[in-house]
Amino acid sequence: MLRDEDRIYTNLYGFEDFRLDAARKRGDWDGTKDILARGRDTIIEQMKESGMRGRGGAGFSTGLKWSFMPKKVDGPVYLVINADEGEPGTCKDREILRHDPHKLIEGCLIAGFAIGATACYIYIRGEFYHEASNVQVAIDEAYASGLIGKNACGSGYDYDVYLHKGAGAYICGEETALIESIEGKKGQPRNKPPFPANAGLYSRPTTVNNVESIAGVPTILRRGPAWFAGLGRPKNAGTKLFCISGHVNKPCNVEEEMGIPLKELIERHAGGVRGGWDNLLAIIPGGSSVPVMPKSVCDTVLMDFDSLREVGSGLGTAAVIVMDKSTDIVKAIARLSKFYMHESCGQCTPCREGTGWLARVMDRMVRGQARLDEIDMLYDVTKQIEGRTICALGDAAAWPVQGLIRHFRPEMEARIAAYRQSIAAE
Amino acid sequence: MSASETPAGPATFEFTADNLALAQRIIAKYPEGRQASAVMPLLDLAQRQHDNWLPRAAMDYVAGMLGMAPIRVYEVASFYTMYNLKPVGKHFVQVCTTTPCWLRGSDEVLAACKRKLGIGPGETTADGQFTVVEVECAGACVNAPVISLDDVYYEDLDGPSTEALLDTLIRGEKPKPGPQNGRINSAPIGGPTTLIEMAQRNGVKPASQE
Repeated sequence: MLRDEDRIYTNLYGFEDFRLDAARKRGDWDGTKDILARGRDTIIEQMKESGMRGRGGAGFSTGLKWSFMPKKVDGPVYLVINADEGEPGTCKDREILRHDPHKLIEGCLIAGFAIGATACYIYIRGEFYHEASNVQVAIDEAYASGLIGKNACGSGYDYDVYLHKGAGAYICGEETALIESIEGKKGQPRNKPPFPANAGLYSRPTTVNNVESIAGVPTILRRGPAWFAGLGRPKNAGTKLFCISGHVNKPCNVEEEMGIPLKELIERHAGGVRGGWDNLLAIIPGGSSVPVMPKSVCDTVLMDFDSLREVGSGLGTAAVIVMDKSTDIVKAIARLSKFYMHESCGQCTPCREGTGWLARVMDRMVRGQARLDEIDMLYDVTKQIEGRTICALGDAAAWPVQGLIRHFRPEMEARIAAYRQSIAAE
Repeated sequence: MSASETPAGPATFEFTADNLALAQRIIAKYPEGRQASAVMPLLDLAQRQHDNWLPRAAMDYVAGMLGMAPIRVYEVASFYTMYNLKPVGKHFVQVCTTTPCWLRGSDEVLAACKRKLGIGPGETTADGQFTVVEVECAGACVNAPVISLDDVYYEDLDGPSTEALLDTLIRGEKPKPGPQNGRINSAPIGGPTTLIEMAQRNGVKPASQE
């Protein structure tokens, strides 16, 4: 188990105050000026060495992403923080925003400096009213103490941080939709290229990073990249916030080492599966967009990007949704199909129409009111969506259904048979 | 619903003096010539001023203030779910029913709303006090099931605690925010398994070790 002294998020549960005085006592804003004095290139190099992979779900190297930003630019350059947390199962950034906002603000300064940004916008989902209030308090404190703004931390670097609130749209978690939204438009993803590093917010060079990726930066640079890289497994380094929800005895968020066995994670921190491990049916290990895994896979799988990819699922946001044997698995996935139908932005036809088809057919599958060959047709519909849209929402809608068919086809078939029998009996 | 279906509402709308000052501070967050970026926060402000819904006059007012074509503002107002384009009850009860909440009993939360208020999702009580809606993932899944209500999250609900929550509101009192089952935020119930010293220093008992 990760030692308490290796945890980044020491106020994860809000046992202490979130404001500046308490944050400083926890070690935030300690020697920030010295970190900036290392220079842009060194900071980016050290973030690469740390092995930090983006915590928003895609798992792309944070340092490498920063290195894509143009080196010499006249005019504004932006860092945008994606705090539009809304992937079903995921509630980790919320804890940082409400209990440890200074870690995020300090990270925003260092990351902004590393990419040559002139300003930062933190995009927080509108429902997080209390969380946004705490972040705004932290921003105001940081300005008042000279930590950000003109000559931030006495570094000679001028840097503004602004809060921007969303208003209820899952799609704005997609980075280009988020940018559109800040520009005052519907949150509809842009075609890429151009990538945000070349033309992002207001067509200026922009990097979009997840909250957890950025809030970890100050600690990584204070303790050194080797410390972070020494935790977890090769290419899957560091610590990670896990959200354990669903049918466990004690649902919780917890920071653990990457690569922890899934079973250990649940038994040690979440009080085990309701009714014991043998009562486990299936787990969605990384938020609703990654495929569901049956118990046989859950028995041994490790919780990191590469281990979960090898078993045909993904770490995503590390939101572990646990389902015991009482679960109607078809209904659980059908509810996700309804979610994606609701959240499709409507821009690409395969997604706009396809998510509706998935939701409607899945609804019938819940009742078993279908023909056997419609299972294959359903799978085919997912394939008509996957990879044919501007953004990854189409894929995200397809994968849960594919995972269901891959692992629980017999259950779907049995339900269809039972429905037929009930009709015949009438 | 689309913006064009919005009930007539008042013929005119304008910000109060306080909100106008706030609106100007919001607009100043964005670069020169990019004031359209303020459309979402200004619509939010307008909605808060206008009993939690956005009449057409408010959208037009915001459009005028930001130099936007009204249709661009209607697009935004109808795209994002948090803008209410028709009147809602004084208390806006948003029940999350996405899978993680459903697994932990959001059906019982909805049933409790129905028992206590006599209304289902999408309906408003006759006295205009409550509107109940189903919403997609609220992002508090380890505290499921949750209700978001008047800017506050109420968590770890079940049927009885949902009824108690609504009773508190009916009495005109403010319920205790957060978990309704005694746990601290997103720590496991019964005490944390990590951050032991931090917990003890703040008078929190860690989970008992078997």
